[in-house]
Amino acid sequence: MFEFEFMRLAFAAGAIVGVLAPVVGFFLVQRQMSLIGDGIGHVAFAGVALGYLIGISPVWTALVAAVAGAVVIEWLRAHRKAAGDQALALVFYTGIAGGVVLISAAGALNANLFSYLFGSILTVSRSDLVTIAILGVAALALVAVFLRALLAVTLDEEGAQVAGLPVPVLNGLVSMLAALTIGISMRIVGVLLIAALMVLPVIAAQRVAWSLRSTIGLSMLVGLASALAGLTTSYYANLPPGGTIVLVATALFLLAATVETVRSRV
Amino acid sequence: MPLAVELDGVSFAYLPGQPVLGDVSLEIETGEFVAIAGPNGGGKTTLLRLVLGLERPNAGRVRLFGDAPDRFRERPKLGYLAQRAQLGVQAPATVLEVVTAGRAALRPVGRLTAEDREAIEAAIERVGLSALAKRPLTRLSGGQQQRAFIAKALAPEPKLLALDEPTAGVDVAAQEALAELLARLHDELNVTILYVSHEFGAIEHVVERLVLVRERIVFDGPPSSLPGVWHDPSHVHV
Repeated sequence: MFEFEFMRLAFAAGAIVGVLAPVVGFFLVQRQMSLIGDGIGHVAFAGVALGYLIGISPVWTALVAAVAGAVVIEWLRAHRKAAGDQALALVFYTGIAGGVVLISAAGALNANLFSYLFGSILTVSRSDLVTIAILGVAALALVAVFLRALLAVTLDEEGAQVAGLPVPVLNGLVSMLAALTIGISMRIVGVLLIAALMVLPVIAAQRVAWSLRSTIGLSMLVGLASALAGLTTSYYANLPPGGTIVLVATALFLLAATVETVRSRV
Repeated sequence: MPLAVELDGVSFAYLPGQPVLGDVSLEIETGEFVAIAGPNGGGKTTLLRLVLGLERPNAGRVRLFGDAPDRFRERPKLGYLAQRAQLGVQAPATVLEVVTAGRAALRPVGRLTAEDREAIEAAIERVGLSALAKRPLTRLSGGQQQRAFIAKALAPEPKLLALDEPTAGVDVAAQEALAELLARLHDELNVTILYVSHEFGAIEHVVERLVLVRERIVFDGPPSSLPGVWHDPSHVHV
């Protein structure tokens, strides 16, 4: 399958997304905001629709909309204007409703739209890959640089605040990274399924991990394996890649849960 | 040397018309070991949160080592154990990872220095968890978890150690062990300790000073001078 350039591009993009999504997802899962990716993803859908309507590349409008959605969710949560789940619901439903209205106005209910919603291995261009690589490496580098501070806030937000860490800035950074991840992942996994690739590898990894750092490392491996195995299956079985990648991640979660159960009985 | 903590005519209410603290004045010297006790809802945790800058007073003035708490330049040197301290994560955080997080404000980015590692190892050793440093907290007893959180508070080599209900959820033996540990830390490190708890039986033989709070300060002195009736849990502290 690697004789086709579109598969080489899809695999390269999938590898970056598979590694990045769980790293960012780790912080969302630990803050018990696993569904924030879904909320931002639905706003990204509205961004895709807006791109069609005004004739700009949907990738960029989706990225801007995702960042805006992340800012709104974090602001609502941090200022206690709404509980975390309520803030999420507000953004989630507004995003999907806005997307439906905009996409209808643009007359763009077509197969190309579906590639943004559920991913496509045919749509990653060379310029897309360059964008994904630059933004993906930048996001991973940000996490690496601020890992200790991010872990401190994740472990004990109030303690971090007392110690003088810039907690709102670090929480905002996680939300920004989530938006960025969704923006660059939608060509492969789709905006409606990317949240699963952020969450499932993490909850699989923490079943068998022995520390926070091993949880992050194992979740990257699970995400990478899910992306590559999912893309391979997608190619040979002619299935949508987003759904296939997520189902592989689900299977790996079940495997990890089984290992945990067996280990606890030994 | 400035006072460690100074409250001058401090009043605070979360809701209008429902004061939690009224006209409270308190001075704590650097290096003192003080228990702040009182009934639930009496304002002792609020008092600690005001000292740490987590809340702002409606009236009066709070000073932490001479500065307003939110302008205190050495905030990374505040060791804090929150009420019902527990991990904010579901992933298996080890003792070493939790204690290292206590040093994060001093070294938010870049590699840990040898000095950082020594401070982290020393904090773990002081609470007697060296042999369990790489074990996830989820596999430790309640008392051991509490000691890990105290090691986290010790990791920045604090000027002030603030503990809010540190004995909640641990058995009597662990409470007594914690009191002995804190007494030893106070002697060895000469750190200012604020110990907030709704009951003070386990700690009164090791603290120098007891402050009882029920909206106002109703007792302030050495535990030995406390009238016998105050030791009765049914006493309402008015």
